[in-house]
Amino acid sequence: MKTKRILLPVLILASMLSIFMACLLGSTPLGMGRVLAAFFGQADASDSLVIWQIRLPRAVAAFVVGAALGTSGAALQGLLRNPLADPGVLGVSACAALGATFALYYGFVGLNAWMLPISAIIGALVATAIIALAAIKTRSVVTLILIGIGLSSFAGAVMSLLMNLAPNPFSLADMINWMLGSVANRSFNDLLLSGPFLVVGVLILFVTRRGLSALTLGEEAASGIGLNLQRQRILVVLGAGLATGAAVSIAGAIGFVGIVAPHIVRPFVGHDPARSLLPSALLAGVFLVLADIGVRVLPTSSELKLGVVAALIGAPAFVWIAMQRRASHD
Amino acid sequence: MTELKVENITLHAEDTPLVQNASFSLCSGELIALLGPNGAGKTSLLRAALGLVKTTSGKSTLGGTDVTTLSPITRARRISYLPQSRPLAWPNTIRDVVALGRFSHGATLGKLKGIDAEAVEEAMAACDILHMQMRKTDTLSGGELARVHCARAFAAQAPLLIADEPVAALDPRHQFRVMDLIRRYVDNGGGALVVLHDIALAARYADQLIWMKDSKIHAQGTPAQTLTESRLRDIYRIKAKIDGLNIQIEGAL
Repeated sequence: MKTKRILLPVLILASMLSIFMACLLGSTPLGMGRVLAAFFGQADASDSLVIWQIRLPRAVAAFVVGAALGTSGAALQGLLRNPLADPGVLGVSACAALGATFALYYGFVGLNAWMLPISAIIGALVATAIIALAAIKTRSVVTLILIGIGLSSFAGAVMSLLMNLAPNPFSLADMINWMLGSVANRSFNDLLLSGPFLVVGVLILFVTRRGLSALTLGEEAASGIGLNLQRQRILVVLGAGLATGAAVSIAGAIGFVGIVAPHIVRPFVGHDPARSLLPSALLAGVFLVLADIGVRVLPTSSELKLGVVAALIGAPAFVWIAMQRRASHD
Repeated sequence: MTELKVENITLHAEDTPLVQNASFSLCSGELIALLGPNGAGKTSLLRAALGLVKTTSGKSTLGGTDVTTLSPITRARRISYLPQSRPLAWPNTIRDVVALGRFSHGATLGKLKGIDAEAVEEAMAACDILHMQMRKTDTLSGGELARVHCARAFAAQAPLLIADEPVAALDPRHQFRVMDLIRRYVDNGGGALVVLHDIALAARYADQLIWMKDSKIHAQGTPAQTLTESRLRDIYRIKAKIDGLNIQIEGAL
């Protein structure tokens, strides 16, 4: 009981500490005093620039992307009643990345900056809707994950096709950024563009949280105790689509945080999907901030991609969670 | 007093009839057992009565209101439903699962207050699981799980209960314990419709029996009126001797 009560305060503290750490560390180490001075507008111009234009936006971007993916993962797991569901595994992130690439590639973004998050969100919504429709027909989660793999492969193939048919010199590096995920060089303006969608998506998911608890009993009993199943499905699809799409429009496709964070949180919240949403969001946010600090301080010749680091930690965790499951769960 | 009234319900899956022209009513203070072989249409009839599936014709009313016009919340407050398959997706505590019975009253897991907490504890006490309420459901035996699901259904404190095979796969002692719980619920003013496969158990506990076969209701009435050797032959195709409410099954026909 005690660990349950301190879970949220600990996670909130960890969130603030990790973002603060992200401001301290970097190619030019700034002391605690200089960072605090910059926060309160007392520092010299170059320090302020480093904190407000480079490190803080980057850390906040990593945090909100993690939070959106963590919430989406926890909510999709509740809806599909399976701990292996996550926007990455189900192909939602890949389809969102495809949407974003499309918008960049055909120059829609030049017409209107909002086109970037909107295209990513459309990609995410299409994928989430396909998964949710398939989930009505099949009870097998293996099938859903296979569909997710199919969606991911398809999105990857279309992205390769776009590379081949590039009408304008679209750089390979940009494409790789979308496929692998990165929060390098993000500004607060980028965040403001995608932020509203992300916040609305996460809020929708929080509205559905009691229904996620009800689904613990299976769909038939859940509607028996008074859940409006159709509304629940639509809202989770919409919420996860908005949140994941917006996250991808900020950072590209970053996988596995949506699985790992809820998995760690669940035992502390009595395995209730509703109570796992907020802690999953915070923990996934902290994860990505820490992973991004790792990306920045690791002495590699060219900077690692955040999505690669997340997958290096997350993919083995995914395999481990899958192996823990008993056959009876299918 | 809430009454569930099913009138001439017909239900198809594509072209196959699942239920044809079925009518019955369920009132407070009444325990009805729904009997019939596998595939007779019992579960489909229950779902149609609850408004969970679209019917081809006929209607089901709850206190005079068509069930399909009721919101899921309103319906759930009046009828508690225990489906046949009872998967539990997560290893929650017993207390949390029972608390889901209060969903229609707006209860949130982990933050039960006032009457919700009282209803949950009362239901757990009635089903004799209060002492182990913090245990996780993946550590329970079949008999314990059955009592958890009953407690979940009772916690709603709905005037009516529909339970689809609540004693399936239980040993005789646990079958009696679960039926005792349902009987007590009915004696306290509830009304219950229960699908059973054990005819002797049904004859012992139920006030009314509904006999179903091949998507139709063939007979309904008290056990004394409707439990006959010829009925067992017609409905189940078994040969049996009946002496009062005692049944001796001799074999399949």
